[in-house]
Amino acid sequence: MTYRNELVVDDRESGVFRVHRSAMTSPQVLADERAQIFDRCWLYVGHDSEIPKPGDYVRRTVCGRPVIFLRDSAGTVRVHFNTCTHRGATLCREESGNTRVFQCFYHAWSFDTTGRLIVTPGADAYAAGFDRSALGLRAPARVESYRGMFFLNHDEHAVSLLDYLGGTVEYLDLVFDQAEEGMRVVGGTHRYSVGANWKLMVENSIDGYHAPTVHATYIDFVKNSGGGQNKAALGTGAGVDLGGGHTVIESTAAWARPIAYWEPFFGEEARPEIEAKRAALTDRYGVERGTRMAETFRNLLIFPNLVINDVAAITVRRIEPVAPDRVALEAWALAPHEEREGSAALQRRLDSFLTFLGPGGFASPDDVEALESCQQGYAAQPDVAWSDISRGMSRIPLPDDELQIRTFWRAWASVLDSAGFPDRVEGVESPGTTRTSAPAAAGAVRS
Amino acid sequence: MSADLATDTALRSRVEDFLYAEAALLDEWRLDDWLQLLSEDARYEVPSTDRPDGRPDTTLMLISDTRPMINARVTRLNSRKAHREFPWSRTRRIIGNVRVLAVETDGDLQVTANFAVYRTRSGRTHVYAGRYRYRLRPRGEAFQIAFRRAELDQENLDEHGTLSIIL
Ligand code: FES
Ligand SMILES: [Fe+2]
Repeated sequence: MTYRNELVVDDRESGVFRVHRSAMTSPQVLADERAQIFDRCWLYVGHDSEIPKPGDYVRRTVCGRPVIFLRDSAGTVRVHFNTCTHRGATLCREESGNTRVFQCFYHAWSFDTTGRLIVTPGADAYAAGFDRSALGLRAPARVESYRGMFFLNHDEHAVSLLDYLGGTVEYLDLVFDQAEEGMRVVGGTHRYSVGANWKLMVENSIDGYHAPTVHATYIDFVKNSGGGQNKAALGTGAGVDLGGGHTVIESTAAWARPIAYWEPFFGEEARPEIEAKRAALTDRYGVERGTRMAETFRNLLIFPNLVINDVAAITVRRIEPVAPDRVALEAWALAPHEEREGSAALQRRLDSFLTFLGPGGFASPDDVEALESCQQGYAAQPDVAWSDISRGMSRIPLPDDELQIRTFWRAWASVLDSAGFPDRVEGVESPGTTRTSAPAAAGAVRS
Repeated sequence: MSADLATDTALRSRVEDFLYAEAALLDEWRLDDWLQLLSEDARYEVPSTDRPDGRPDTTLMLISDTRPMINARVTRLNSRKAHREFPWSRTRRIIGNVRVLAVETDGDLQVTANFAVYRTRSGRTHVYAGRYRYRLRPRGEAFQIAFRRAELDQENLDEHGTLSIIL
């Protein structure tokens, strides 16, 4: 089987793009995804600000595999698989902490923070051929970082992380350069899971089409909170195919941003500080780049499963497939170091984050409802077997078109077919077609 | 807790009655009536599951609502367009282990209680379990809620997916 054409139909001549819903329900598809995508692509693990001191660690599960993300005693950031090389017990059983040694609770084998096996109780019981040095903690084939963001790759022949990130680097820089003293992950994680395929969460994270309907109550809230929506933002920007399956929607900020776009939502008392930050950005980066950093929203997808939304706050969201119909999410808030704990600036940022985002926000719960209802709708297969993602193929894409979602699916099918990443789409995808007129009346039903 | 408060069963009974009445309003989705229980400066917080001790000016919370935000949350939940709660879920709040820990100098009571909030919708029931922390302001025989915070025992919201109700 080939994924392209059989599960993803990209008909540029007619301007039609369809995805077969078995892509969201089939265990075989998930197995193929694990082997062809998740075992070959760079996968986000964490940010080094989460483990600032030597010996700091956090536990993570990255595409089903348990890892320890840590800073060793010498200060080097590492990733170890979180399983004892003796007989497999979970080595690190606390969510986070600081240690010099990981001692397995099962038979007390002990490993230092570099992963070296240093203690095997009853060492005289082992023969000469028993090689302790070969029994250190295992690490993923590759671990590399960009701006403190650490990724792993199970394929030792993979391209470098920087090459892989490609066109996303420009956007990551626009996020990270907002900080004067560097960005950090704020303590506190949104951990939840959704009864939907992981790709529905990817689609939703880069979908500008659903906001007026799914988030009507949020938009009403913004209107009523005195801020009003920035009218100039409506319909600005566009989805962009960044190559390598990565994609971004960049658009004029529709509402307030902690760095740095003041709206009444933040309160009059915050205005001087935010406007000073705005001015400082222009000083550091010039008018054009400073304005872009301060006054645009960015919804960035790093293929396959990392989303960075630089909107009313900055969120890093990791998407973890669990089963064909279940996805686990972890989301963090990024903040500049200079927004100190306990400061009004940090609280403003976090409150702004929570208003829209997260399981208790005014918007994300309705996304979850939409995703789960799609997944439930897929039970109508095979009678209803296809989803349509054709919006905007015959024009220069608008932000509420679906180019960025097609970008993901094209890369998805191509990588699954072992064909590498497809060529970037630039310009109009289906220039030969024009907008359809109203659909003709339905034909007679067979009696 | 002072010995006086621990043995002041009359005070505790009044606090219990108040919390039970509040729970009934929430279970019955009488959210506008529930708002009447709150002081003008009320805050409502739910910390993230990995940081039950989290504070809104240091930590990413699940919910950190000022009074205007609580009002907005209720407006949203009363709308037919809050899709996660339209139609409304059924909820059942079980509250116990109510303790009056202290009386502040301004007369506000510090109260804790355990909760199990069952939420049923779309063929599934899940439980939010944890501890409430309240600051109650005496108003005659009744109280006003100046602060309420729900600290969850769950390590994640894998069962729940969201926190779309008022805990
Ligand atoms: S499994 Fe870890 S010491 Fe035996
Ligand atoms: Fe959304």
